[in-house]
Amino acid sequence: MAVPVKSILPIVTVVLAVLAIWYAAAALMNAPLQRDMYANAGRSDYSTQDLIVASLNMERPKLPGPHQVVAEMVKSIVATAPSSKRSLVYHGLITLEETLIGFVIGAALGIGLAMVIVSVRWLDSSLTPWLVASQTIPIIALAPMIVVILSQFNITGVAPKAAIAAYLSFFPITVGMVKGFRSPEPLQLDLMRTYSASSMQTFGKLRAPASAPYFFASMKIGAAAALVGAIVAEVTKSEDGGLGARLLAGSYYGQTVQIWAALFAAAALSAALVGLIGLVERLAGRRMGFAR
Amino acid sequence: METASIVKPATHGVGSPPPPGPAIEVSDVSLRFETRDGPVQALAHVNLKVERGEFVSFIGPSGCGKTTLLRAVADLETPTEGDIRVDGMNTEEARLKRCYGYVFQSPALYPWRTVAGNIALPLEIMGYSRAEREERVKKGLDLVNLSGFGNKFPWQLSGGMQQRASIARALSFDPDILLMDEPFGALDEIVRDMLNQQLLRLWEMTGKTVLFVTHSIPEAVFLSTHIVVMSPRPGRITDVIACNFPRDRQLEIRETPEFLAIANRVRLGLRAGHSYDA
Repeated sequence: MAVPVKSILPIVTVVLAVLAIWYAAAALMNAPLQRDMYANAGRSDYSTQDLIVASLNMERPKLPGPHQVVAEMVKSIVATAPSSKRSLVYHGLITLEETLIGFVIGAALGIGLAMVIVSVRWLDSSLTPWLVASQTIPIIALAPMIVVILSQFNITGVAPKAAIAAYLSFFPITVGMVKGFRSPEPLQLDLMRTYSASSMQTFGKLRAPASAPYFFASMKIGAAAALVGAIVAEVTKSEDGGLGARLLAGSYYGQTVQIWAALFAAAALSAALVGLIGLVERLAGRRMGFAR
Repeated sequence: METASIVKPATHGVGSPPPPGPAIEVSDVSLRFETRDGPVQALAHVNLKVERGEFVSFIGPSGCGKTTLLRAVADLETPTEGDIRVDGMNTEEARLKRCYGYVFQSPALYPWRTVAGNIALPLEIMGYSRAEREERVKKGLDLVNLSGFGNKFPWQLSGGMQQRASIARALSFDPDILLMDEPFGALDEIVRDMLNQQLLRLWEMTGKTVLFVTHSIPEAVFLSTHIVVMSPRPGRITDVIACNFPRDRQLEIRETPEFLAIANRVRLGLRAGHSYDA
């Protein structure tokens, strides 16, 4: 998986551009605040350079500089014990657990629904509108209700959050897998008919393997959606911890650096999950002759 | 140790002799497609009898219903009127009994299966044991000169090799009847000549009944025992031409007067069927 030199240059260019824009934005957004602080302290002898440096190193900036976020992440990931509630690893693991449970449930549900929709024709028109409707309700409005309803039945802890993660992840998986199961060409289906294959055999030997590319694409979207669901659920019920709780706490106390560190941790988690699925895809692709 | 008794799937044709009577009998078959632009008469009152071991080619312009007829024999289309008998059964029974192998216009190999895996596909579906599958795949690869390519994936093969693999797949479960829908249509002339010879040799060796749809007059005359000339709007049979060259014919017969005479008759038949009214 070595990255050739040719493709490193564009990657580095983009990263540098993002950093430059970020620093410029941080300095511009924080400078008025810093100017006020200087005024309050009765200082007027600062240079522009002083202002910029100070703007990028505020304790509670509007937009923290990249180095501040990195420093906060190093502090809360490496320098803090994972068992501490101040550790991003502690919160990240909570989120990961909810995400994975929710994702597995969502994937099973999504694939199951797709199988049902593909094999029972009338279910397509009767079920699909409900599935679409389920996704038009803003999850941020629905999540507290799911938590409340489930707690009525004494379902608390990880389960309600995994349920919300599953709720968000099943839909893209259903849509992708329906498309995938329907992807065989008419000729490939005719072939199965000439063998008088049962519908189970047609599914197992044609529809399922043909859906492989769609499967991996669906899984990637579903995993990312599950993570979003878990974080939204954590915001709703923040006493249990998790990256969402960390985001909420950060915004309560104006700890923007902490918010951004949690955001990056969530992004890294999502990227890791998608990357892992991509790895499995490559291995499967090699076995199935897709890797050329 | 493998047990000695290998359970044979319920297909006749494998081992047991086929029932007496013609292989295929088409009686007064009409087929109408309902399309958005109104009904299309794909076949009108088609009658045909194909004896066992014959090689029958269907030739005609686009829209003459030759593919539709083949698909109707295979129970992939249902005639609006008339009756088709395959090995004395109706087409659905024949399909369920796996009486025929079908070779499509494109190889239709499953890209995620190796060549060997593709040839084994019908065998897996029909419940052959692993040992028998391996044996038949090996035999099939040899039959179409693809030994050594079993572990390749379809995209690693040329178009002609892919089509040969699809022929091996159709023959793997040893059906009595081979239905071929323009199998060599997309290939160049040289490859086509070669595959025609191989197909002829294969037919000679196996004694199967072959129904073969083509656009090419020389191909039809070279391969067939009978040539069925069809004409469009509505799709119908206009001529059936006997073509009795020896079974071990070589490409050279294409230069003989007999060959040219038959080719000419086919050409005239095709021309008569064409309507050039704008």
